[in-house]
Amino acid sequence: MDIVKLSAVEIKEKILKKELSATEVVKAHLNRIEEIDKDINAFISINKEGALEAAEKVDEKIKNGEELGALGGIPIALKDNIVTKDTKTTCGSKMLENYRSPYDATVVEKIKAQDGIIIGKTNMDEFAMGSSNKTSFFGPTRNPVNTNLVPGGSSGGSAAAVKAEEVALALGTDTGGSTRQPAAYCDIVGIKPSYGLVSRYGVVSLANTLDTVGVFGRDVSDAALMLSAIVGYDEKDSTSYENPTHLVVEKDLEPTEYIKGMKIGIPREIYLDQIDKRLIGVMDKVIKVFQSLGAKVEEITLPHLEYGLSTYHVISAAEISSNMARFDGLRYGYRAKEYSTLDELYINSRNEAFGDEVKRRILMGTYYLSMGLGREYYEKALKMRTLIIDDFNKAFKDYDIILTPTSPILPFQLGKLKDEPLTKDLTSIFTAPVNLAGLCAMSIPCGYVDGLPVGLQIIGDRFKEMNIIKAGLAFEGGMKNGI
Amino acid sequence: MAYKTIIGLEIHVELATNTKMFCACPNTFGGEANTHCCPVCLGLPGSLPVINKTAIEYAIKAGIAFNCKINTKTKMDRKNYYYADLVKGYQISQDDIPLCEGGYIEIELEDGAKKINLQRIHIEEDTGKLTHTMDGDTLIDYNRSGVPLIEIVTRPDMNTPEEARLFLEKLRSTLKYIEVSDCKMEEGSLRCDININVVDTETGAKTNITEIKNLNSFKGAVKAMEFEEKRHIQLLKEGKNTVRETRRWDEVKNETVTMREKGEAEDYRYAVDGDLAPIEIPDTWIEEIRNKLPELPHHKKERFMRQYNLSEYDAGVLTASKDLASFYEETLKYIDDTKLVSNWIMGDVLRRLKDEEVEIEDTKLSPKALGQLLSLIKSGKINNNTGKKVLREVFETGKDPEVIVKEKGLIQITDESQILEVVEKVLSENQQSVIDYKNGKDRALGFLVGQVMKATKGKANPQLVNKMILDLINKM
Amino acid sequence: MVTKEQVDHIAHLCKLKFAEEEKERIIHEFNVTLKELEAFNQIDLENVAPTLGVNKHVQRLREDIVGPSLDRDEVLENTVEKQYGYFKLLKIVE
Repeated sequence: MDIVKLSAVEIKEKILKKELSATEVVKAHLNRIEEIDKDINAFISINKEGALEAAEKVDEKIKNGEELGALGGIPIALKDNIVTKDTKTTCGSKMLENYRSPYDATVVEKIKAQDGIIIGKTNMDEFAMGSSNKTSFFGPTRNPVNTNLVPGGSSGGSAAAVKAEEVALALGTDTGGSTRQPAAYCDIVGIKPSYGLVSRYGVVSLANTLDTVGVFGRDVSDAALMLSAIVGYDEKDSTSYENPTHLVVEKDLEPTEYIKGMKIGIPREIYLDQIDKRLIGVMDKVIKVFQSLGAKVEEITLPHLEYGLSTYHVISAAEISSNMARFDGLRYGYRAKEYSTLDELYINSRNEAFGDEVKRRILMGTYYLSMGLGREYYEKALKMRTLIIDDFNKAFKDYDIILTPTSPILPFQLGKLKDEPLTKDLTSIFTAPVNLAGLCAMSIPCGYVDGLPVGLQIIGDRFKEMNIIKAGLAFEGGMKNGI
Repeated sequence: MAYKTIIGLEIHVELATNTKMFCACPNTFGGEANTHCCPVCLGLPGSLPVINKTAIEYAIKAGIAFNCKINTKTKMDRKNYYYADLVKGYQISQDDIPLCEGGYIEIELEDGAKKINLQRIHIEEDTGKLTHTMDGDTLIDYNRSGVPLIEIVTRPDMNTPEEARLFLEKLRSTLKYIEVSDCKMEEGSLRCDININVVDTETGAKTNITEIKNLNSFKGAVKAMEFEEKRHIQLLKEGKNTVRETRRWDEVKNETVTMREKGEAEDYRYAVDGDLAPIEIPDTWIEEIRNKLPELPHHKKERFMRQYNLSEYDAGVLTASKDLASFYEETLKYIDDTKLVSNWIMGDVLRRLKDEEVEIEDTKLSPKALGQLLSLIKSGKINNNTGKKVLREVFETGKDPEVIVKEKGLIQITDESQILEVVEKVLSENQQSVIDYKNGKDRALGFLVGQVMKATKGKANPQLVNKMILDLINKM
Repeated sequence: MVTKEQVDHIAHLCKLKFAEEEKERIIHEFNVTLKELEAFNQIDLENVAPTLGVNKHVQRLREDIVGPSLDRDEVLENTVEKQYGYFKLLKIVE
């Protein structure tokens, strides 16, 4: 059996049944990484010793008949903006090239507690700013589907690692689509949970009111497994939700059972000018799949969807500018060698260690918060956010899930997307509003168009993860059955 | 030419909580550098703040004590700026919805009370500390980073440095009374910035506001204000104006020195802190805090004047310390004589405390003992002098006054016939003194009384002795 | 719409610096973006309340109990210069 082709659920089962040892599993994946990562560049650091040690411990437990955690023996990768004690955390930036966190993120503690095996930290757009993984200080990541293409971003490394079978599961983050879009581009499943469901303690902040941790898996069950292991209230995170949902998925039901009784809405606003026209055909097919499974599919309206990207841009830039202020070279991170005043220390360190995109966003965010300059836009964006949330609330009164393409733009070649402001952010047009509203959403593969993978976004109401998981399972089953 | 000085103050007070504002690191002064730090108060990537409940409670206490309105729905905002002691590049503070708004503190001036109005009291976190070495390096210690602060902003209602000093004294004693801070300016748990300018009341010309920082004591603050006042007035006289700037007080040179030009107001780009949820203070919690609040010094003083018929001065002395005031009231449970108790406490007891440099709660004297002692005196069992001796014994040994009196046989002799016997003996043995007195030497009487007191080992009632001697002499 | 002076001012606020040629690009980007943002004016926001966060819950307050701090070594682990247990800089601060 080709171990790396096994899903996370399968790996777990085989380890429990003693058909495989955790050490074998880890070794197989480490070999895979050695074989292929020079072409993919999904990883920034790999903790070989740590992973093998953890595998040994799992094997000990099995030998002693001890109970294994929910992630027993599964090889997992973490986006490099999630802090770990055992390896450095770089955020894909020169600023943190050698940074060692003295503490583990809460999600890392949870993975370890569930016997998950952390293989390494994955590549990402610098400080999570970007949607193609090209701004990383450690070089771009390539899409395993076709190495000429970008894997998407900013969690491109995690998505590529899962698709390339280097790991079975991975964590990313999602602020405006950074998990869903790379999932779509790499032809795997990505879930952005509701804001507050998963602890942000130890996740380097990009935009505090928008950030969530995201999960990647090759199918819905795998992604759901990863998610269920990391949800839960964390008293160290004041934005953590105190009544977490439990995610128990009934296995092996018929697709029609999963989707039974669900009402599905498709916003008419997705048919924009900027959308790749080939996606319209894809959406038609998707609708047919759901209809044939017995779901009711209707057109709905999200009247303020078109303002989502601008609203997201202003709010995220403003929050970013504040969150990035702590990187000044004093206590950690890159410090310039030449400086003769405190200001010069700050300016030179930040200038030499930040890439263009990061500097750009900090600058714009600072502008949007400045009285007499861009502050008006920030105040307006906060109000636009309310209207966007209201749109979703209205829709979810009558519908269980909302469908859109994950991205209006199909996976593109590195360097081919126009580097114009907002154009390059166009990929987030359907994903960013979900972050503004704190909802949950899944990107699930829905076929290929001209050799390019397409992702379907399934959006659920806040804390209604079960709806998107069930819909995902139904759709997956439906696709498999060749509907 | 008449000049009016206008002073407003901004005071930062460190709250005496166990832990810091947003993390569980210890909030203690001193300690080896960088040993009270964690990811949160160091602002490490990925760290998140969680608000200290007691810090909020103490801030509300202060708000109630200073008659502020408590905003029951509030939030924390980020104040964005760069400095080496600020770990996140922003300070978590409060912008447009401070926890407490309005309020006032009354100071006592010669011509009556004056209300100094407050603008607001809000909560925020402290920064680290910078030290400069002789080699020209800057060393940074982040132990203080994240310590809970309240910032109290007054309206510019003070018009003399003395008024400002009185305000600060009142502020400090109240904050100590309600146990919210130890207010030690030398340790930095109370810091004061001053905003001062002067108006020519005739022409309306006014100087630009000077901000004074880096003050280490109330005395220093007063000197700085006096210096600035003079400087501003001098410039007005010359038809000039001050530059809008921040100055610091130089203790050595005894003058204010330019720190930095203010230029345009710094743009802090205040925005809500998205890592914290909105704060809601239930009314029940405010009531709970209000009820638990110790009676404030000026309220207690007024009540003492009313309830115990004490003069303002006496009431002031007795309520200066919370412990002394409660000692007084406890003693009254054992003897119902407000004047007697206040006299003895203000006299012999306080004198002893001052000599030994102790607080009342550190002595062996209990309210019960004092009450017992004063009962013995009031009932005539012992006289005042004996009383003082017994009091000293109690301070030394902690024994009950009644026990001491019994052990030392100090009961005053009240049997008149017994005393008469001694008086007659003394008079017969001191005929010359009798003659001296009759001839107008009043001091001879005192001598004769003294002799009787000696013969009775001090146990006779001096007033009675005096009367008896006079009666006998007059009969002679 | 955005001037070079404004760019300099903001760069100073957020402690960044840009080469002169870069500033041209930045101004262009600002202007394109700000034009896009004018779309906000199409909506009547007069009676709309701002959203500061999506959570409905209220801040949980932490009990005032001391917890573990980091070892000093951990605190200083990532800095470039340290001495006597302090973080160190050349004297460049007032």
